[in-house]
Amino acid sequence: MSNDNLFELTQVAKRFTKGKETISIFHDLNMQIKEGDFLAIMGPSGSGKTTLLNLLGGVDQPTEGQITFDGQRIDNLSEGQLAKWRANNIGFIFQFYNLMPMLNAARNVELPLLLTNLNRNERQKQVKVALELVGLSDRANHMPSEMSGGQQQRVAIARAVVSDPKFLLCDEPTGDLDRQTADEILQTLQLLNEKFGKTIVMVTHDPSAAKFAKQTVNLNKGEFVKAEELLA
Amino acid sequence: MKDLYLVYKNLTRKKMRLFLTTFAIFIAFLIFGAIMTLRGALNSGVEMSADNRLVVVHKTNFTNPLPYSYVNKTKAIDGVKQVTHANWFGGYYQQPANQVVTFAVEPESYLAVYPELVIEPEQRKAWLNNQASVLVGQRIAMANGWKVGDRIPLSSNIFSHKDGGQTWDFVVEGIFTGAEEKTDTSYLLFHYKYFKETQSWGGDSIGWLILTTVDASMNESVAKAIDSNFANSNAETDTSTEQAFNKAFIEQIGNIGLIIFGVVFMAFFTILIVVGNTMVLAIRERTGEIAVLKTLGFASIRIFKMVIIESCLLAFLGGLLGLGAAYLLIQGASENLARFLPNLVLDQNIVLQALGYILLLGLITGIAPAISALRLNIITAFNRG
Repeated sequence: MSNDNLFELTQVAKRFTKGKETISIFHDLNMQIKEGDFLAIMGPSGSGKTTLLNLLGGVDQPTEGQITFDGQRIDNLSEGQLAKWRANNIGFIFQFYNLMPMLNAARNVELPLLLTNLNRNERQKQVKVALELVGLSDRANHMPSEMSGGQQQRVAIARAVVSDPKFLLCDEPTGDLDRQTADEILQTLQLLNEKFGKTIVMVTHDPSAAKFAKQTVNLNKGEFVKAEELLA
Repeated sequence: MKDLYLVYKNLTRKKMRLFLTTFAIFIAFLIFGAIMTLRGALNSGVEMSADNRLVVVHKTNFTNPLPYSYVNKTKAIDGVKQVTHANWFGGYYQQPANQVVTFAVEPESYLAVYPELVIEPEQRKAWLNNQASVLVGQRIAMANGWKVGDRIPLSSNIFSHKDGGQTWDFVVEGIFTGAEEKTDTSYLLFHYKYFKETQSWGGDSIGWLILTTVDASMNESVAKAIDSNFANSNAETDTSTEQAFNKAFIEQIGNIGLIIFGVVFMAFFTILIVVGNTMVLAIRERTGEIAVLKTLGFASIRIFKMVIIESCLLAFLGGLLGLGAAYLLIQGASENLARFLPNLVLDQNIVLQALGYILLLGLITGIAPAISALRLNIITAFNRG
């Protein structure tokens, strides 16, 4: 393993049992993600993109194999340890933003900071910085229902970066947005990668979105394939 | 406590639901506070009864009189320490609606049998020396604005005065208080001798006997001895402990304990279903949000606690408002009902009991949704959404 690998998946298998049937998603999957990378994962429905994202985000665990993050194995952590690990290392961006409807933008962004030892003043300062970063400082007191889809997604990005995690996981972050708004969101992700050194993995169906990433991998039936094979 | 804001926002996110659920809990604890206070007031006579005090009444009906000769005959029975007697006067002040509980008693022996009545020595002496005077309980004195030295006319709806009227004029020579807060001071006493001399009918009879025994362990044998002594006479007796007598008196209304249990049980059972159902629905609606919180790194146990705190806050919001309303209701009612229910007080025990039930309600209604939030699997929740 080279030292600049942030993530390393070794011989990972993932199987689900549905009734009497066992469904294999991955079989002997190997993958490395370097620190500072911006990786787009593409593939058809059922190819295993979301399962891979869940494994990388520590919300699911492999049936076999090892996953290491920054040299630390995470595949054998308990649920509680994984929750703590996610809070410290991962920022999540979802397709449908998943903001808390009863909290305003600032309070939504503050959520991950509730898991830290920061006091209210320190938390507010960080929230302000995060909202400025996504260009929404004037919307801090707005409720999600008072904002457009693009603005809500920018709030979600602010929430993902507010605790300064190394790694951002984006699940179809522009899937619910128009082209122009989607490009603005992707530019923000690019900025976070290039200027702030965030390592980003983004699952997308959209080839235009994938172009914003530094590299793209294609997943089909649980295996990485070349783009041409995907089209074949 | 960082999560308290989140809990608060979740609790208040649907205002109408919050209002209706709080109102339901409010009603339940208003009923609880009022009914438990009523029970306490009805039972205060039972609670304040002395261990070694017995009451002797006519066997057929306690309203039937007993011969005066029973006083000395009872004194002669082994194990009897002191004996006194009382007559119901049926008194009212100024208007028949303004009833005043009034007893004609033998003053010295009555005060000896009821040592919990506290009187200033000068006032005691003055009352004993003036036959046409009354000793007034503090509560009834306050309710009517009476003070020592006042002249008060008391009428009877049973007896007539020898002069043809139904009104007796008395001087207030003393005001008694109670040795304990719950001691009944909502009645007044006057001299039996004066009553006998001034009434137009009723003869030489007494209403009932009250006696103390040398020791409470002798209550049963003394009671049996008294009833045996007067068996086969024109006025057979029924002797019981003061506690049993007071309890039987209250139970003429019905089985108070059962009525109260029924009302409180129904109120709480209904409220348990209403609030429990509301909490389950509220948490089910938030499945996706709980999954997001877990994804962000909120531990399952932390979310469990947040749900429990939310259900407890809901219970305390409605419960405390209900108790507050019960307090105000009782404060208002106690002034008007002081003559009949002197101890109508929402006391500390009822408040503590209510707080316990509020906490229990919060925990019971929160536990099921909290467990489902605890067990919620992130992937399943997102797939469901």
